[in-house]
Amino acid sequence: MGQTFSEKALGRKAGKRVRAGDVITVAPDFYLSHDNSSAIIGEFRKLGLKKVVAPEKIVIVLDHIVPAADEKYAQNHKTIREFVAEQGIPNFFDIDAGVCHQVFSEASFALPGKVIMGSDSHTTTYGAFGAFSAGIGRTEMASLWATDEIWLRVPETLRIEFSGRLSPGVYAKDVILKIIGDNGADRANYEAVEFVGPAAGDFSLASRMVLANMAAEMGAKNGYFEADDKTLEWLRARAKADYEIVMSDPDATYEAVLKYDISTIEPQIACPHAVDNVKPVTAVEGKPFHQALIGTCTNGRFEDLAIAAKILKGKKIHPRVRALILPASREVYLEALKKGLIEIFVEARCVIVNPGCGPCLGAHEGILAPGEVVVGTSNRNFKGRMGGRDSEIYLASPATVAASALEGKITDPRKYL
Amino acid sequence: MSKGKVWKYGDDVNTDVIYAGKYTYQQMKPEEMASHALEDLDPEFAKDVRPGDVIVAGKNFGCGSSREQAAACLRAAGVQAVVAKSFARIYFRNAINLGLPVLQSKEASENLKSGDDVEIDFAGGKIISGEKVFKFPPLPDSVIGILEAGGLLEWTKKKLERAK
Repeated sequence: MGQTFSEKALGRKAGKRVRAGDVITVAPDFYLSHDNSSAIIGEFRKLGLKKVVAPEKIVIVLDHIVPAADEKYAQNHKTIREFVAEQGIPNFFDIDAGVCHQVFSEASFALPGKVIMGSDSHTTTYGAFGAFSAGIGRTEMASLWATDEIWLRVPETLRIEFSGRLSPGVYAKDVILKIIGDNGADRANYEAVEFVGPAAGDFSLASRMVLANMAAEMGAKNGYFEADDKTLEWLRARAKADYEIVMSDPDATYEAVLKYDISTIEPQIACPHAVDNVKPVTAVEGKPFHQALIGTCTNGRFEDLAIAAKILKGKKIHPRVRALILPASREVYLEALKKGLIEIFVEARCVIVNPGCGPCLGAHEGILAPGEVVVGTSNRNFKGRMGGRDSEIYLASPATVAASALEGKITDPRKYL
Repeated sequence: MSKGKVWKYGDDVNTDVIYAGKYTYQQMKPEEMASHALEDLDPEFAKDVRPGDVIVAGKNFGCGSSREQAAACLRAAGVQAVVAKSFARIYFRNAINLGLPVLQSKEASENLKSGDDVEIDFAGGKIISGEKVFKFPPLPDSVIGILEAGGLLEWTKKKLERAK
């Protein structure tokens, strides 16, 4: 009987052959935390230890409220910087770096076959590089710092097979929204999701990150793409540690297999207030809104900004709309700057927000007033997430958001191609 | 067994409506956290919840962010357990790690309504409301030790002491 990727990756760490349903204790390769590190430090101190067990495994990226929006946030950041110095944690990224998932990937901790725990729900993103990566809570992270051990249940696997080619104006975001809309926000609860099939390899790494990131929105423990030539090309210049590619066996056992011919998918949009409330963009065309958001850990990479810039070039954002551009990292920002995208955005009347989580979690930089509507490329549209309880969040691709920002109402991007 | 009233909610109750992101990176005392519990779902909850009350919900309770305060704020509000058809994975772990019992029962979820009197027999695996009794499956062995220790921090402390 063959094994799935997750069974193999976790089995290697556990030092034995494991099957879905087994509960094992492992020492992960890396563990990620962000601004919540200050709360984790508080929990860690309660354990009475002086030193973390494995400082070299800890990766901390300040991204949630950067630069600090008030004194409390500033104190959090200060607490973290002092702890990093005290413990000799080598992999610390201050407020200039960007969103943790992008920064972690660019710095190449996201490596094939590695087991990664992060105290952030979108830790699933590193599956784009063939890693096993899952979100955990703060107390668990404090315990990891103290023991370098965590219990995990080996997940069952949902296999999603892609065939066909995307139509013009349709992107990875539309594909994952379609899947979540069809199957529900809890379809993959506790499960691993493998994105495979002839068309999976056609997705760029940036697009794979969109799918793996949003696997969290179907409840998944982790998402996964097989590492291929594109992955190796990305890692060639970046990888600082050894890694081994881990793949599912052909005769592995799956909880279920879903098949998607992606050529049949049209632009999708998640409507308030649930990520699985998905409709074709054409069904809500004409809905007026107040704020557009292009960026975040879901869609803030160069390829996303390039798609938006192509649509916005030489045009102006609708006067009633505020358009925010939120590059996922400093590296992305710099590339966008060098290649002229930032100029296009500013000419179009967009506001460039510094790389970070920004308004996505409703803490700063573009909060919504009651009754306002945002159309954005982020990953969650829960009630009140980005501001007022009565505000509304729509989620779509960078192309849909850019086209909509020009018209001041939700717009099918295909007319701008 | 302590008694309480049911607060009934639907499917996919997410961590943003349980505990808003804007509070997540502020260090708050438990009673202050409790005052924001379920703020964007049911503004009456934080005002009227009493120790021993039980939240009963549909499927996928706690979906969304990994923020632990979404479990901590309910415990701080005195909620003795959350009963749901199913729980989102990270929420389930966080609740156990913080000592908030999370119980799966489709029947209880479908039959209990807001304001019902309810008591929970943890040892017997039963949720009791008047004449109605609903069973819930025992928690996995892996987590019972953590709950018995009073949460993950206490469990880890004991483990570290044993290792000395």
